[in-house]
Amino acid sequence: MAKIEVNADRCKGCLLCAEFCPKKIIKQSDVLNSKGYYPAMQTEPEKCVGCAACAKMCPDVAITVYR
Amino acid sequence: MQKVFEKPVSIDEKPFSYCAGCTHGIIHRLVAESIDELGIREKVIGVAPVGCSVFAYEFFNFDMCSAAHGRAPAVATGIKRARPENIVFTYQGDGDLAAIGTAEIVHAAARAEKITTIFVNNAIYGMTGGQMAPTTLVGQKTDTTPYGRKVENQGYPIKVAEMLSTLEGANYIERVTVISPAHVNKAKAAIKKAFQYQIEGKGFNLIEVLSTCPSCWGMSPIKAIEWLKANMIPHYPLGVYKDGAKTE
Repeated sequence: MAKIEVNADRCKGCLLCAEFCPKKIIKQSDVLNSKGYYPAMQTEPEKCVGCAACAKMCPDVAITVYR
Repeated sequence: MQKVFEKPVSIDEKPFSYCAGCTHGIIHRLVAESIDELGIREKVIGVAPVGCSVFAYEFFNFDMCSAAHGRAPAVATGIKRARPENIVFTYQGDGDLAAIGTAEIVHAAARAEKITTIFVNNAIYGMTGGQMAPTTLVGQKTDTTPYGRKVENQGYPIKVAEMLSTLEGANYIERVTVISPAHVNKAKAAIKKAFQYQIEGKGFNLIEVLSTCPSCWGMSPIKAIEWLKANMIPHYPLGVYKDGAKTE
């Protein structure tokens, strides 16, 4: 069991997290955040292995990883 | 489930002002994590440069001050000599460190100042809108080299890590990048080591980090990472350039 939490108000939707997610389970949300960016969101949390590759590549320190 | 990765204490709550996908934020986090892990947050004094990271003092949760353009190593020298018990570092871009601040960084290294410098090289002037920097690659298009940098007009890019490693006063010089999780892990180890050396009273320490500038390069964040890998790493090879100062 693992999951990530994206702090939607820090995220700028650059999607480096999605690019480096080995399970390809991060997508862009279709809901704007307070700054007008479409933030990243996790889909299919049951596939998450908690490797933290997304969090390591996040330039906005917006991702918290649980495992 | 337990938290296995979260925002370090040394990063403040304020969101970064960098463009989407700019790797400055990753480098900020690595500096903050290193400081937290070494338990020196209460002893650290950072010196912010002029450039995109001019507001670094807003994002780090420890003492910082600002220096005039390029003068961060001179200010850091003063702080470290007045307060040798503190851990002092500068965080500088290539427009700051390799252009207007070349004299300061060269002489800080030559004097073997016991400070740490994080040098972010993105081969362009980011904050001012994408002009040619001393580190711009030959052939690279910028606002002021619209047909690409030409050797006959603008000469060659400066390789800061190689240049400083020739100085006897330099203790630890390494070039890293942050274009994949594996590279991020290596960069973290290098930055932490550069702080560890200062704790042991050794200097001068500099980590050059190859970084992307998606906005001024005119690329998506992912294309920028691919461009860095294909163009910057061949010209700026990664690795340790110096480890251990000359001792008499």
